[in-house]
This record gives sequence, structure tokens and C-alpha cells, in this order.
Amino acid sequence: MTTTTPPPTGLQPARSARGDTAFRAASFLCGFTVLAILGLIAVSMTQKALPALQAEGLGFLTSARWAPNEGRFGALAFIYGTMVISAIALVFAVPVSIGIALFLTEVAPRRLRKVVSYVIDLLAAVPSVVYGLWGVLVLSAVIVDAYDAVGRVLAPVPLVGRLFEGPANGRSLFTAGLILALMITPIITAITREIFDTVPQGQKEAAVALGATRWEMIRGAVFPHSRSGMVGAVMLGLGRAMGETIAAALVIGSSPRISAQLFGPGDALPSVIAFQFGEASGTYRSALIALGVILFAMTIIVNMAARVIVNRGQEARAA
Amino acid sequence: MSDTQTTLLNTPNTAPEVRNPAELPADAGEPVFEVSDLDFFYGSFRALRDVNLGIGRRRVTALIGPSGCGKSTFLRCLNRMNDLIPGTRVDGRIAYHGQDLYGQGVDPIEVRRQIGMVFQKPNPFPKSIYDNVAFGPKVNGLKPKSMDDLVEESLRRAALWDEVKDKLKQSAFSLSGGQQQRLCIARAIAVRPDVILMDEPCSALDPIATIRIEELMVELKQDYTIVIVTHNMQQAARVSDVTAFFTAEVDDAGHRTGVLVEADATSALFTSPKDQRTDDYITGRFG
Ligand SMILES: Nc1ncnc2c1ncn2[C@@H]1O[C@H](COP(=O)(O)OP(=O)(O)OP(=O)(O)O)[C@@H](O)[C@H]1O
Ligand SMILES: [Mg+2]
Repeated sequence: MTTTTPPPTGLQPARSARGDTAFRAASFLCGFTVLAILGLIAVSMTQKALPALQAEGLGFLTSARWAPNEGRFGALAFIYGTMVISAIALVFAVPVSIGIALFLTEVAPRRLRKVVSYVIDLLAAVPSVVYGLWGVLVLSAVIVDAYDAVGRVLAPVPLVGRLFEGPANGRSLFTAGLILALMITPIITAITREIFDTVPQGQKEAAVALGATRWEMIRGAVFPHSRSGMVGAVMLGLGRAMGETIAAALVIGSSPRISAQLFGPGDALPSVIAFQFGEASGTYRSALIALGVILFAMTIIVNMAARVIVNRGQEARAA
Repeated sequence: MSDTQTTLLNTPNTAPEVRNPAELPADAGEPVFEVSDLDFFYGSFRALRDVNLGIGRRRVTALIGPSGCGKSTFLRCLNRMNDLIPGTRVDGRIAYHGQDLYGQGVDPIEVRRQIGMVFQKPNPFPKSIYDNVAFGPKVNGLKPKSMDDLVEESLRRAALWDEVKDKLKQSAFSLSGGQQQRLCIARAIAVRPDVILMDEPCSALDPIATIRIEELMVELKQDYTIVIVTHNMQQAARVSDVTAFFTAEVDDAGHRTGVLVEADATSALFTSPKDQRTDDYITGRFG
């Protein structure tokens, strides 16, 4: 200090610093609480899963044999089922969502855009059991014929034919994938729409001014700008699809097997837990909790992968 | 190249009758655009009224005037960018090399390929420098013998090559604002347009970057017809051959409509304007 006079009002470092500290402490506490809760869940679940994991060893992950009566617990069929129905869900939901989002941001007149966006947000809020019931009562009944037809047409095709052969069943991996696709489409659409909205008008105009058609403009200006955000949206959808319980459980057919036949029944981690938990006890119960731990780990991996991809995209753009 | 004067149509379209032939200012040279009786509407709002103006080949034509008088609107009529805004309407006629730009069967995409545009804010794509320049030729199905050569040539003409030749694969966003604007010029040049429209291309740039772009314009007019909107009258005086002064007229109902006050050789317009409003504007007395 070179002067003895107090600084003029308006410069009060002490007060603002105090507020700053309080804010930092509060936000740190919140962040820490979230982490702590997550950690606690992981720890307590793993603890409860331990008996089954110890009994089965690595076989819990590598065996597909799930026979509670005989005390055999292998989760592979459910891991497989979860991945297959999630993949089917993405295959259908991603192109449709991006298409709808593009339609809404680039093509639709403003009034239509408002209405459709509203409907999509509504769809995202429909409880999953409603989708599941619709899947059981309507979809799985009418889709058998379609499965039969597809199976017949594709049967002679090498490799691909294998996926669609076999007795068609309304309740199958494929039906579960479709229901999941239906459920995650609104959320992926809503997010990609918001991302497309952030594309600077200037970049779109630049493309058009170069003689680009609308589609070329989308490829040249909209997609490059939105790439990492789109990946994030898809991963979020994937996370949802993997963890979605009721809707898939109702239509998946509940059969613990690993089969390339997409039109046949299968099972997925969350459905098994939901359907069998009530009747389980002892090691059986512990094994179901272990399935939960696996699901937990899978969703965390997907989310971290999404994070990495999104960050890398941002770095590339900032570079 | 700009010599090859491609037609927009297979069959020539006949020009509608016009009340006033487009006035080509003295010194304008052979006309590229002849604008007659042009009215422009955003919905029911008339932004331009009765604009008559000729724009000469291989000249720099500057559009000046107070804010909101419709300079950008006019510029965007010339490459049909306003088509993108719903509810807009053009009345009158814009002839481009004698063809009605808004005539039936004219493909706006082809129009925009021949009449390129550089915007006020540099707007490179979130892609590499190279891909920014190559985008236009690719979407237009231009098949140069070597895309690398075309990219290099375009960047050279935009006076950017030496600064970026070692980092063509880097993101365009790694460039400074002035460099980005020159990249946008290179990108526009790469499709080999006939005309380049520039809407206040230097307003986001510092004085040195501005000078570079001005030098570039003078060089580019050897091959291209350039129309530039600027708020900087020194800039208009430095780079342009012809200057058109627009202003907004307020009618009895209080609607503001853009009109062209006068267009003349730049030196004539700045030294001896014919209209009092032009005089007021260039001497700094707003009217
Ligand atoms: N998309 C639009 N929809 C409706 N009105 C518009 C639109 N764009 C411009 N206008 C109106 O048209 C008039 C002319 O606008 P324009 O942008 O052409 O002016 P300008 O001369 O370029 O102004 P500036 O020097 O500030 O860029 C203004 O009154 C403006 O409000
Ligand atoms: Mg403007």
C-alpha cells in the first residue's frame, strides 16, 4: 500500500472474495455429494453382488448359462441381449431422429415446426410402461407376419440371412429393439434439433452462396458443426436404451440364450432383474444384483466414451 | 473463368417490359447487371422502391448509404440469396448478361455459383482450410485436373497462400479474423464465379487486414465484377470505380423505403454529387 487513504467505494475485494469462497464451497459440496452417492451405490451394490461373483468367478461374465434352480449364474446371454437390442434401437432411431431434426430445422415452415416439436417433447415424456404395453398388445401381434416375410426373402442371403431365419416370434430381440428405438427417438430428436439450431446462419448462407443445394448445405455446414453434439445425443440415447427396463422386458421374450436369430426371443440385463428379483433370495438375489453392477458399468463406459468423443470434437474445432 | 459467360438457361427468356431502362452510370463499361424498376418486399414491408442501376463488367461498384436503407437487401437480390427468406418478393427486373435473373426456369443454385458472395462476418466452415476452399468446387461438380492446384491458386489469388501453405489441414478457425475473411474470398473464387458480391467485408477487421482486402479487390477486378457494400466512404473512394448512393425515404404513413438516389463514377460522385442528399451524406450531414 502506497497510500493511507481508504480506496474509493466500488472497490471492495474483501466482500466479493467472501461471496466467491462461499459459492465455490457450495458448488464443490454439491459436486462431491453426487460423486459420493455414485461411489456409495457402486460399493454397496458390488458388496451385495460379491457372493454370486465369488461363486461363479469369471464365469459370471463368460458363461451364458443362467439356471437359478441349479445355482448356475452366467450373465453373458443378458449382456449379449442388451447390446443387441440397443444396437437395433440405434440403427432405427438415429437416422429417423436426425431426419426429423433436419426436417424441423431446415425444411418445415415455422408453424409446423412448433407443432411437431411439441409432439416430440410429449412423446419423450410418455412413461415407458405405456410403450411396453403397446408393444405387447399391438406391435408384437402384428409384426409376426412381417418377420415371416422378411425371413423368407432374406433367408438365401449369406450371413445376413442367418440373422433373420428361424421361427418368427412376436416377442423377440428385434421387437424389443424396435420398442426401444421408438422410445429413444424423441430424446435424440430433441437434442439434435437443438444442436442443429446452433449452427451459425452465416455458415449456412456461405454454403448456399457457393451454389450448394439444401442437402449439400447440410453436409457442408450443418453436420461438421454438429458432429460431436450428435454423437453425444446418440450416446445419451444408447444409455437410455441399455438401461430401459419395462418396455423391453415385456416384449423381449425372456429366454436366456445367445442366438443370432434376431426374430427369436432373448433377454436383457434390466428385464431379468425386474422380472426375477421378487422371487430371488440368497445367491440368486446376489447374482441379480451383480447383473445390475454390470449394467451400471456398461452405462458408465458408454457415457465416458461419449464424453471423450465430444471433447475430441471440440478440441478439433478449437484447434 | 470469368471470361466464359455461361448462360443460366437453355432457352433464352424474354425480358418483361420495363418503364425505365437501367441507367448505366458513366464509366461503367459493359453491363453485367441491369436492374430496372426493382421493388423488394419482406412480406408486406417494402424495403426497396424503383431501383434502376447498371453494374459494369470488371468494375468495382460500391453501394453506400445510411444504415437500414436496403444496401444488403439489394446486394442479396443480385444472387437470389433473399429467396431463402420466406415471404419475400421481387418486383421489376434484374437482367444478368441480358437474362432475367428471376425468370422462369432460372435455377437459383446456378445463379449463386456464378455470382459469389462474401459476408460481413467471416464465416468459414468448421473444416480444414483446404476443405473450406474445396467445398464449392466439389458441390458444383467442378472437376479440376488437380484439386490441390485449384485450392492453391484460389488461396494465392486471395493473398493468403503464403500464410497458410504449411497448415492447410488445420481448422479454418485457427486463422485470424482477417485471414478468415481472405479464406472466404478464396472459397468464393474457387468456384470460378463471374461476379463477387461483398457485404461490408472489412467491417469486422482491423485497418491492416482491411488494407490487404482492399488491395485484393483492386487486383481481383482484373478478372471479376465486384459489388461491395461499405459504410466506409474512404474505402468506397479507394477501391471503387462506380458508387451508388442509397437512402431511406419516409412516406406519409411513416414507412421507410430504400431508394437509389444516384449512381456515378466514384470520383464524380464524391466531388460533385448531383443530389443534395448525397452531398449531405458524404460531407457528414445526415439527411
Ligand atoms: N429478413 C428480414 N426480414 C424483414 N425485414 C428485413 C429483413 N432484413 C432486412 N430487413 C429490413 O429491410 C430494411 C433494409 O435492410 P438492409 O439490411 O438491406 O439495410 P442495410 O442498408 O444493409 O443496412 P446496414 O447498413 O445496417 O447493413 C431494414 O429496414 C430492415 O429492417
Ligand atoms: Mg447491411
